[in-house]
Order: sequence, then C-alpha cells, then structure tokens
Amino acid sequence: MAFFQRKRRNILPGFGLSMGYTVFYLSAIVIVPLSMVFINTIPMGWEPFFSAVTTPRVLASYRVSFSTALFAAVFDAVAGLLTAWVLVRYRFPGKQFLDALVDLPFALPTAVAGICFATLYSPVGWLGKSLTSWGLTIINTPTGIIIALIFIGFPFVVRTIQPVLEELEPEIEEAAHCLGATRLQTFSKILLPHLFPALLTGATLAFARGIGEYGSVIFIAGNLPMKTEIAPLMIMSKLDQFDYNGASAVALVLLLISFSMLLLLNAVQEWQQKEYR
Amino acid sequence: MHPPKRTPGNPAPKTLSDPKPVQIVLIGLTFLFFTGFIFLPLSLVFSQAFQKGWEFYLECIREPYAVEAVKLTLLTVSVVVPLNAFFGLAAAWAITKFNFRGKAALKTLLDLPFAVSPVVAGLIFVLLVGSRTPFGSWLGEHGIKIIFSTPGIIIATLFVTFPFVARELIPLMEAQGRDEEEAALTLGAKGWQIFAKITLPNIKWGLLYGMILCSARSIGEFGAVSVVSGHIRGQTNTIPLHVEILYSEYNFTASFAVASLLVFLALITIVLKSAMEHQFKKTA
Repeated sequence: MAFFQRKRRNILPGFGLSMGYTVFYLSAIVIVPLSMVFINTIPMGWEPFFSAVTTPRVLASYRVSFSTALFAAVFDAVAGLLTAWVLVRYRFPGKQFLDALVDLPFALPTAVAGICFATLYSPVGWLGKSLTSWGLTIINTPTGIIIALIFIGFPFVVRTIQPVLEELEPEIEEAAHCLGATRLQTFSKILLPHLFPALLTGATLAFARGIGEYGSVIFIAGNLPMKTEIAPLMIMSKLDQFDYNGASAVALVLLLISFSMLLLLNAVQEWQQKEYR
Repeated sequence: MHPPKRTPGNPAPKTLSDPKPVQIVLIGLTFLFFTGFIFLPLSLVFSQAFQKGWEFYLECIREPYAVEAVKLTLLTVSVVVPLNAFFGLAAAWAITKFNFRGKAALKTLLDLPFAVSPVVAGLIFVLLVGSRTPFGSWLGEHGIKIIFSTPGIIIATLFVTFPFVARELIPLMEAQGRDEEEAALTLGAKGWQIFAKITLPNIKWGLLYGMILCSARSIGEFGAVSVVSGHIRGQTNTIPLHVEILYSEYNFTASFAVASLLVFLALITIVLKSAMEHQFKKTA
C-alpha cells in the first residue's frame, strides 16, 4: 500500500477501510482476471503467438472489425452532430421524446438490437424486401455489420457533443454575424472547429465500442469466414475448440488495441481542455 | 464505456437562428435517421411478438424455460448491483475525500472494463477459473463449479458493470468537496454518522442513477455471459441468451416475445434516466 501514500491534510476517517476495499475488489474483479490474458499468452513464446494472431482468417477478422467500426464511427459523427444540433438549437414537437430515445442503443440489450436488424434487413423483412428488389443485400455483408455498429455507437457521439453545444456562447456567433459572415461560414469556420474535439472524442468512443461489439453484430453478419467474421467472434470460435492459447492471443491483440484507444482518448480530451478553457 | 451524461443546458440563443427551411430539412433528416435506427426496430419487436396473437405471446413468456431465464437474470441483477454499488461508494469515498499519490492512475484503472470487449470479459474468467485451469480444477475437486454455471454468469456481469456506480459518484462527490464532512467531524460526528447523515443524502440521486445504469447493463449483457454460461436451458440461460437460442431455432415469434420483455425494461430505464436528469437540473 506504500504506493497509495497519504499526503497533506486528510482528516476524515475511513481512508484505510475504503481504499483497502477498493484495491481488493478492483484486483479481484478486474486486475487479476485481466492479467490472465497475459499469463496465458507469455508462455507461448513469440513465434507461436505471432503465427496464431496472423493466420489469414484472424487477420481478415481484424480487417472486418476495424473497417466496419471505422465506417460506423464516421457515419455516427455526422448523424450525431446533426441530432445534437437539432436537439440543442431548434424547438419542435416531440423533441424531448427524441432526446430520451437517443439512449435507447445504450439501454437496449445488444442481442435484441441484433435480432431486430437481422429481421428488418432479411430478404423478407420490412426494409430488406425493397432493398433486395433493388439488388442490394445487407444481411451477411459488411454493410449489415456497419448498420448494427451505427446503432450501437450513436449515443456516444450525441452525448459528447450536446453539452459542448449547449455551453457555447451566442456572442461568438453574433460577432461573426456582425463581421459579415454567412450562417454557413459561421458554422464551418467558428462552430465546427470548436466542436471538433468533442466530435472526435465521441467518434473515438463509438469506434472503440464498435471494435469489441459482439451481440448486435453476430445475427446480421452471417459470420462467413474471411468476409463477415468479426474479431470477437474469432475468440469465441477458438474457445469452442478449446484452443485457449489461440483465444487469449487474439484477445491480447484486441486488448492492446482498446488500451491504446483509451490512451488516445485521454490525449484528445487533454488537448480539448487546453484548447478551449 | 457508456455515453456521458446529458447536462440540461441553456435554451437556444434567440438572436441568431437558422432560416426556417434549413431547420425543417435538418429536423426531417433527424427524424429519418430515428425512423430507420430507433422507431422501426422498436415497432418490429412488438409486431413480431404479437404476430400470432395475444394468447401465443403469453404462452411464450410463461413457458418454463423463459421463466427460468427471467429468474436467473433477476438473481444476477440482485447480486451484481448491490456489490458494485457498495464498491462504488467505497471507491468514491477513498478517491474524493483524501489526497494520495496515484489517484489519476486508480481512476483510469476503474474505467478499464469499459475498454474491454464483452467476449474478452467472458474469456478472462474462463482462463481464470475454467475447468481446464489449475485453479478451476482445484475448485472442481472441492465441488465448486463456476464456469458454465450461475457464479460464472454473476462474476462476468460484475466485471462488465464494474465502473457504472463509481463513475457517477466520483465527479459528483468531487464537485461537492469535503467541507460539510469536515465540519461534521469538528462537531464531533463519528465516521459512519458523517457518511449516513451528510454524504449519503447529498449523493442519493447520483447513486440511484448509477444503479439504474448498472441494472440495465446487467439485465442485457450478452457477449460476456454467453462465453461463461454454456447455454444450458433452464439452468444457465439468462433472458438475452434465451432470446438468442429461440432465434437460432427459427422460433422467431417466441424470440421476439421474450425480447419484448427486455424492450419494456429498456424503455423503463430510459424514462427513469430522463426523470432523474430533470431532478439533477432542479437541484443544480
């Protein structure tokens, strides 16, 4: 416990108890279990590890997860900015209702979202029927995965932009207006740069969530090897074959990716605070 | 990771606004997006669930396996939420009421589970206490089974919902500071008195908010639970897993009927969440 040493003026009681319990519970539920991925992978040695995570099928699954999560995050950035703008700036009937429903993707179990989209876009589904007649297939394609991930990531972008947009001073827009800027110029030259860090944060959150997402994707993806198989599913199928080493090797790569996303996010947020405080 | 909390803010500036046609187009586009991604999926659930009539719907949700799944999910929530709420209180007390080195690092560690894919969250417990690991086989010899049984589901859910309460409480208690507690201390209050009479009333809404988010995620968790459950009907099937099994057996109506229960819960969560955000607005 030497690491968590007390310094200056701590007069309230209960430090030892609360800190002790925090460290114990954190270790038992998070740190020790997570370290199993490293403990299982390290004895493998570099060569077997490298070959386990670079088989063509595993590489393809990273590619699928990455590209679909990226597309979905970009779409979410646009749709989320639009929604946040409309919700903060305009008055219209049903606004509060929309605002509350932004959280639906967060509150709805992912498996339910998964079967909904798979049914909507199936060749006999409400949307799939007309899309199929136009020669478009969504189900069992990367597009289907992107649709599921757009749904999952949407609230992250809206809820990061909304507070920044609400706190924006009307004076800067008025100043731009007085200096002769059009609305569009004000938006692209004044507002967008100001909102950009929040937009980036929201999109990064959506992207990070998209890479790891499982429940909403597997139903619509069809899980075809090399085409629509996502990285979390690779872990699942390796586990089903009792290939624990292979599963933890793929998991280690995913973990390292998510941790670097977390670090990147912290850097973006620090930059945001420095830039606009 | 979960979306940051909505902060109710100022009304739109009156002086400058977009022209009416622009407003109409943008609002229309938003409604279009919501139709495709929110309204259609929601109405699909109910239209599919009631496809074969009210009678069949009731039959699907009263079927013994469905009832067992509901019971298991309720059991999981009733263990997970109090444990994580208690942890959230302890962590928030330690982090916000004291100064110590490594505070920032500790806060980052608390958020770790948000960055982990649900499937990885399940995997780590299979690696830790699965029957093929040393620790797991030792437990097995003593008649304790964790993976492919209820304790595994509970532990995996604990991991996934680990930060929810702490994450709500820490910023709240940071903003409130320590003055009130320190004043109580100088007036002779004991530790637990300070907590029960000063701190708890101050943070009750935040605590409840975190517990609601934690319950919603515990009910709906799919990936992590799916790894550790083993999908044994009537025994280790939670509601989302039951939905999946019915769906993969092409029993779509039953699957959507059970899913509609989860949709109701999600809608209740949203209503509670908005109601509490109004509460925050009032107290702020």
